[in-house]
Amino acid sequence: MDITGRKLFVKALQEEGVDTVFAYPGGMVTDLVDELYRQEQIRMVLPRHEQALVHEAEGYARATGKPGVCLVTSGPGATNTITGIADAHYDSIPLVVFTGQVPQHLIGNDAFQEVDIVGMTRSITKYCVTVRDRRELGRIIKMAFYIAQSGKPGPVLIDIPKDIQLQAGPANYPEHVEIRGYKPNETVHIGQLKKAYKMLRQAKQPLILAGGGVNIAGAGDKLTAFAEKMKVPVVTTIMGKGAIPTDHPLYIGNSGMHGCYAANKAVSECDVLFSIGTRFNDRITGDLNEFAPKAKIVHLDIDAASISRNVVVDVPVVSDANIALERLVEYAEPKHTEKWLERIAAWKEQNPLAMRRDKGMSPQMIMEGIDRVFPQAIIVTDVGQHQMWATQYLSLPKGSKLITSGGLGTMGFGFPAALGAQIGDRSRDVVCITGDGGMQMNMQEMATAITEGLPVVVCILNNQYLGMVRQMQQLFYGKRYGITCLRRNKDCPNNCKGPGKDCPPYVPDFVNWAKSYGAAAVRVSGESQIVEALEAAKAEKSRATVIEFMIASDELVLPMVKGGNPMSEMILK
Amino acid sequence: MEMKNRWIALYVENQVGVLAKVSGLFSGKSYNLQSLTVGTTEHEDVSRMTICVTSDDVTFEQIKKQLNCMVEVIKVMDLTNVPLHMKEILFAKVRNVDQEQKEEVFRIAEVFDQGGYVRVTDIGPESVLLECMLTERRNNELIALLRSRFRQIEVVRGGAVAVEAISTTCR
Repeated sequence: MDITGRKLFVKALQEEGVDTVFAYPGGMVTDLVDELYRQEQIRMVLPRHEQALVHEAEGYARATGKPGVCLVTSGPGATNTITGIADAHYDSIPLVVFTGQVPQHLIGNDAFQEVDIVGMTRSITKYCVTVRDRRELGRIIKMAFYIAQSGKPGPVLIDIPKDIQLQAGPANYPEHVEIRGYKPNETVHIGQLKKAYKMLRQAKQPLILAGGGVNIAGAGDKLTAFAEKMKVPVVTTIMGKGAIPTDHPLYIGNSGMHGCYAANKAVSECDVLFSIGTRFNDRITGDLNEFAPKAKIVHLDIDAASISRNVVVDVPVVSDANIALERLVEYAEPKHTEKWLERIAAWKEQNPLAMRRDKGMSPQMIMEGIDRVFPQAIIVTDVGQHQMWATQYLSLPKGSKLITSGGLGTMGFGFPAALGAQIGDRSRDVVCITGDGGMQMNMQEMATAITEGLPVVVCILNNQYLGMVRQMQQLFYGKRYGITCLRRNKDCPNNCKGPGKDCPPYVPDFVNWAKSYGAAAVRVSGESQIVEALEAAKAEKSRATVIEFMIASDELVLPMVKGGNPMSEMILK
Repeated sequence: MEMKNRWIALYVENQVGVLAKVSGLFSGKSYNLQSLTVGTTEHEDVSRMTICVTSDDVTFEQIKKQLNCMVEVIKVMDLTNVPLHMKEILFAKVRNVDQEQKEEVFRIAEVFDQGGYVRVTDIGPESVLLECMLTERRNNELIALLRSRFRQIEVVRGGAVAVEAISTTCR
């Protein structure tokens, strides 16, 4: 018997085991929303803006390992998702985004709330398509879930015109789809892998660089075992942090633009760089001509197109990190790396990662407090200085998880992604570390936090500035701060070099703002209050807590490598 | 690294939006697209594109990988060093010519007809229309010659199509 498109849509989600849909209603999805009301298996969560909606789905996907499912209406509903979709694309997060579309006979007419969302998202999705035939609906939804989760995960967008939602057609939802142009890599070329292993084996100063691909594949344990067996030190990218426990003796730290001194020195001095699951983007490499100048490079990645794109690679291996590391652990034999490890230890000692402790509360102290009170939490960050401090100073022991926007660097990501993570996993503490700038990009989501009863702990590091840009202005642009000051008003002079006595104390007053939603809120301005505030927040199990940490405006993220400079040229002080 | 013209035959799903996706890749990633032609194959649900790009080796490898990533791309074939037959349709209208100049157009057509196909397909009191099916390079040469000899010409080119050779090595 035939059923309507809207019925098949819900049936498909049920068969995919979807439990949560992040949905914002509107004219062209009212039928789908209405159909979702009629069942119990799938809950709808209502965010307050579609950009945040997608970030929530991303947080959910990262916390659960399942694809985040989004449902938004046509036109502005669809265009608002673009930033989130791009974010998921660059960080390989599986999403299935359904957009409503005007009926097919109106497509191309500049109809009310009509946009060519498929045309707009082609370059930021793994796959996107408008359903043009009701008979194809089931197969296309099946494709969407398969493509989003397999191979290198990513977002898929399915645009469903209103008439397709209403039209009757086959009731069948397929169990499998064959896609002739899509065959994700599920094996590893043993010859290449052995060649890569042999190169590492022969190295005198070997180094493993682990990227986000290791975490996505859930291959952290195997990576740790491999490094331990071979006694090879490990550096990570930001997305790879936590792949090996950060207190592990073989772990050096993050490498890259704000990596630690020892990690960037190790990259510059190693003779074989064995990289897994990273695309060598510019934040990792700096000046390409000077990147790992003494090293032969092994590049193991699931995405063939990532290999030999940015750096010239000596041994390419196309594989999922998990599959490759399983083999590598079998091959691994111990190496004599004592001298090399000693050199690295000396670098660590020479320039340890540390912030000043002499004048008041520093971001490092806040991270240490979070470590102490939330050792097993899901930590979600926004983008900016606080993100770098979090990735530098959080210890992320086994059992914890870091969710951050690495590729696109999307301000406004942190808060909604934390909510999505909590929706996906209510059993864990979720801590959002954000800044006063990023928080204001999606602060309307406090309504979602309260209505969904999400006890997320929101730590706002308030330095009154868009700190990462301010840092560049402080170091390279003659301290002209202009519009990076978040308290600036229309009468402020252009050449303002910092706050004065007439500046308002808060723009906004985050504590009163949070309270107006019914959230708990506290302002912390001294080191002694950090742990107390975090513990009170941890005890709050039914509602969100905002902790506003008032930190100094001139605090820098160090070390720093200026964009485009070699990684060996670190600004340390 | 050497920048040169390279050729790809691309089998894709014959669906709405696939051409936009493929061409969007070239603009979005700043690849230097020279020509792109597309038409259906013996299977009506499959289209074949013939693509010419100017690039160095590294970029060309990247282009092939990026094309392979697309769900709608069924097969990527590198035709750069493959024996093949390649032709491009060209219409060249020569205007404002007297009888003597017309004779010259005819002679040129005759010469270029060797190793390809050039016909005088239409004519008027002051104009001649040539219909050509030559290699892209030969078409370039023909256009250059016409441009040097006549003041007003109009050129309409179709972009090259190519197919792998059976027995010969001609291009």
